[in-house]
Amino acid sequence: MAEHQHFDLHVNGSLHQVRDAWIGESLLYVLRERLGLMGSKGACEQGECGSCSVLLDNELVCSCLVLAAAATGQEIVTIEGIAPPGSPSDVQQAFVEFGAIQCGFCTPGLIMAAHALLERNSEPTDSEIREELSGNICRCTGYGRIIEAVQRVTVSRRAEQ
Amino acid sequence: MSLLISTTLAEALSALADEPTSMVLAGGTDVMVEINGGHRRPENVIAVSRIPELRTWSHDVGSATLRIGAAVTYAELEADPFGQWVPALSQAARTVGSPQIRHAATLGGNVATCSPAGDGLPVLAALDAVVHLVSAGGNRSIAFGAFMTAPKRTALLPGELIESVSMPVFTRWQGYAKVGVRNAMVISNAGACLAVDDIGGVRLALGSVGPTIIRCAEAESFAATVVDHDTRSVSDAHAIEFGNLAASASRPIDDHRSTAEYRRHAIAVLARRLLRRAFPNG
Repeated sequence: MAEHQHFDLHVNGSLHQVRDAWIGESLLYVLRERLGLMGSKGACEQGECGSCSVLLDNELVCSCLVLAAAATGQEIVTIEGIAPPGSPSDVQQAFVEFGAIQCGFCTPGLIMAAHALLERNSEPTDSEIREELSGNICRCTGYGRIIEAVQRVTVSRRAEQ
Repeated sequence: MSLLISTTLAEALSALADEPTSMVLAGGTDVMVEINGGHRRPENVIAVSRIPELRTWSHDVGSATLRIGAAVTYAELEADPFGQWVPALSQAARTVGSPQIRHAATLGGNVATCSPAGDGLPVLAALDAVVHLVSAGGNRSIAFGAFMTAPKRTALLPGELIESVSMPVFTRWQGYAKVGVRNAMVISNAGACLAVDDIGGVRLALGSVGPTIIRCAEAESFAATVVDHDTRSVSDAHAIEFGNLAASASRPIDDHRSTAEYRRHAIAVLARRLLRRAFPNG
């Protein structure tokens, strides 16, 4: 079968060329296997776990459920594009400080979800945080510290205003 | 092998007429699962989620009708203004998958997949929604109840595309409820939509408990005789009987997600609870 899809993707502010791809490749596959961006994780590949979450035109989506070739012309932001290497975002820093991490596999997706939530709602309630993060599964932490980390960011952002 | 990212309806319909077996891609949350799992290998893909005509909605106040484009997402439907016009659809939307899924998944995709567990579908059945189909050769409209013919089988013909779904905007209570193993990211094991229409009819539609969405004619007729619209009341005994009639109308099966017995019981509880929410007094 010919596998001749050629397309360009805007990822983290740069244009990336994808050549000779199969038409059915997911955005997650292209990010990891063709562009070398390993931050987005693949676990379930059916939208259940959220570990592949990215922003597509500012909307949080599962990159495993996006047809890569159909994402041309859209702005894609992955965990690698959230903050420059070596200077973590406030959300990333809070996850570290609150120990909201164990094995770390779900962490990139959760950080993307937390960023998306706080962009839209700067003062989320506890139940809003839980609902907004409900598409991200963590099998280690039990979520308590993750929620504390997000609450911490809302407090510190408010203090900076 | 080709991908068309269509930006006009005419362009998509022309491509679909040329290759009627093309895979139509909207939000991707159903078809990408099949592709990732190796169950589907698309040859030609027509992406429709950037077609402005499918991304819009219109509310006709005069006829109290809402028409929702097929590529409107569940994230949009869970928010206002849809929450004011069709609250049951908004509630159902909020139970679909996760925020990530709802940002991508579309009403048209839910209708096209037509799983008995599709969360939007009991609402469309209860509201007697109409599915509007377009093709290069013309267009036609079909009641949702006739559109869904079997599990994941529809009346959609090759070359046809779902353009929009229209439904009445009622002024009285309506709601959706479902049972699953957790609140988020779960497929319904039993779901129900109850809507009170503007002439006092009580409509009830069930999901996940039959090969298609089930309207409960007997329970609906019973409710019409026992509820009091002025005082918004119904007796406990009548509410329980309503739930039992709904359970009798269900045709659930045992499968890997639940048992027929549990689903039948859940429907009795959900229907009773929804009637009580609609008629909280008495």
